[in-house]
Amino acid sequence: MNIHEYQAKELLTKFGADNPRGSVARTPAEAEKVARELGTNSIVVKAQIHAGGRGKGSFTNGFQGGVHLCKTAGQARNIAAKMIGQTLVTHQTGPEGRVVNQVLVAESVEIEKEFYFAILMDRATGAPVIVASREGGMDIEEVAEKSPEKILREPVNPAFGLQPYQTRKLARELGFAPTQMRAACKLFASLYRCFMACDCSMVEINPLVLTKGGEVLALDAKFSFDDNALFRHPDVVALRDVAEEDPREVAASKHHLSYIGLDGNIGCMVNGAGLAMATMDIIKHHGGEPANFLDVGGGASEEQVTEAFKILLSDANVKAILVNIFGGIMKCDVIAQGILNAVKSVKLGIPLVVRLEGTNVEEGRKLLADSGLPIVTATDLDSAASEIVKLAKS
Amino acid sequence: MSVLIDKNTRLVVQGITGKSGAFHTRNCMEYGTNVVAGVTPARGGEMFENKVPVFDTVHEAREQTGCNATMIFVPPEFAADAILEAADAGVELIVCITEGIPVMDMMRVKEMLQATKSRLIGPNCPGIITPGQCKIGIMPGYIHKPGHIGVVSRSGTLTYEAVWQLTSRGVGQSTCIGIGGDPIIGTTTLDAVQLFAADPDTHGIILIGEIGGSAEEEAAAWLKDHCDKPVAGFIAGATAPPGRRMGHAGAIISGGKGTASAKKDALREAGIAVAETPSTIADTLLAVMK
Repeated sequence: MNIHEYQAKELLTKFGADNPRGSVARTPAEAEKVARELGTNSIVVKAQIHAGGRGKGSFTNGFQGGVHLCKTAGQARNIAAKMIGQTLVTHQTGPEGRVVNQVLVAESVEIEKEFYFAILMDRATGAPVIVASREGGMDIEEVAEKSPEKILREPVNPAFGLQPYQTRKLARELGFAPTQMRAACKLFASLYRCFMACDCSMVEINPLVLTKGGEVLALDAKFSFDDNALFRHPDVVALRDVAEEDPREVAASKHHLSYIGLDGNIGCMVNGAGLAMATMDIIKHHGGEPANFLDVGGGASEEQVTEAFKILLSDANVKAILVNIFGGIMKCDVIAQGILNAVKSVKLGIPLVVRLEGTNVEEGRKLLADSGLPIVTATDLDSAASEIVKLAKS
Repeated sequence: MSVLIDKNTRLVVQGITGKSGAFHTRNCMEYGTNVVAGVTPARGGEMFENKVPVFDTVHEAREQTGCNATMIFVPPEFAADAILEAADAGVELIVCITEGIPVMDMMRVKEMLQATKSRLIGPNCPGIITPGQCKIGIMPGYIHKPGHIGVVSRSGTLTYEAVWQLTSRGVGQSTCIGIGGDPIIGTTTLDAVQLFAADPDTHGIILIGEIGGSAEEEAAAWLKDHCDKPVAGFIAGATAPPGRRMGHAGAIISGGKGTASAKKDALREAGIAVAETPSTIADTLLAVMK
């Protein structure tokens, strides 16, 4: 789950992590009010969408750029008027773009130096680790690749948490002057508290900045939350913006299906995430392109299978569907009946290949064969994949 | 011979009275697993299927029945506590099937388990089976066959796929361990291959991995220097887009690390035969066992 920049800013503030003053505005009048209250002539107005690349994006109304600097509250109002309710297209949104429903109006700070700072869960050690660098504001992957010595890694003991000496060590290694150390340590400690308290899998501050005035601030924040822990964070769940998500993924999650849209033309329905990924791999191996990842889980019901077909068919690119179910606990004849009912109710008009294996597989295959529906049954994964690739191309 | 479990294993089931707990306990009993106790708080004194006594606490179950392994089916909110309870009661093997446990909870569990003698398998896993002797988990029993191949995997149904390929070719398994796909797990791929390497009855190993983390690379590096048994590997997720969590598996590529191709290279470099597609996992192993 992702959240908006202004929401991330509000979370930071709640945990005492200093960041530039500012607030969200949902109308041009609100933007003007926020800008006036800032009492500065150095203002930035930022369109709020989840996708990156906003600065270089353009609005479908012709307005250029989703991030603008200005000097007066009146200018902030005018800029907000050109953004709110308009569609912003960036290299991450796709050509359809995203509607901007709110803007962030904040003080634009003068930057002395930029840093990279992130806290994430390290699966190798099973504990949080802080990753930081003097090379802030850049693509950190690139820094890690080209000059790994510029990346600091500070592991945190899960039983005791981040210790004050560790924040001082980090501040020194990042090159903060003695007069700036207190502010830097306070910010690091606040970020760690926020990371733990919200069950984050990652908090990334890029850049973390030293201002010309000597303040240490989190300029931009990216949060990743552990989906498994959302049940105990209703406040975090409330930050979810469904309008920013793929509607197919939203529909899937409603039915406890796990779906991720891709660019290909072969729809896949599989039970189990590992087998689902392996099925995508074998389609590719045979020269096809999977249209999605879809895991119906271990105990998929007929309703879930029907919903899964609906989601697959809502993708106009899908030219054929492969169902691959290893019926372990579920019996194949029950699964086959579910598929038949689902196919009838959604009036499937494209080729369907079904590969079933497991308990009562003969009965399951017979049900499909006797149904009179144009379903190709495959007995093994390899032939299922080669068949679906052939059908998708024809 | 086998690893971790056999016909002498005495199993307790935590969450035995829940819907899936009860269903899978019945399946395990039908398979021949010696289920000696169940635990559901506030249900102590009941009998499950008129055969298995239910206790309020794992400690009581351990004292009364001498159970030495547990299968956990409690909901994710309470699963970390259930694991710690089993460890505190001294249960040697803890198999946690529960899916959806918060990562921070598992972080604390992993830290606390270090001070105990218990081994954890999972969470979010199908469990462990020694064919013909003992099944602790949700895998379909009939696809397995007693034999000499050890199977370790991060994924459930993909393991069934590989096991079924072996069994269909008349090749049995010593023990199959589903270690689970969560970011923080108990027994790792490396732990599992070390067990198989040391088991005289395991003659070959299948290692099934997926994108994310570095578990397969670590296992491969160890195998290269310490094990001369034939090993075949498969890595799922070659076509997965970076930065996305692929459903329940918890598989995610980040920072260019943990990609399928990097993992396959690490396996090959260690002399492990790599199956190019999921349909050739068994054949890849059988080819190097000749």
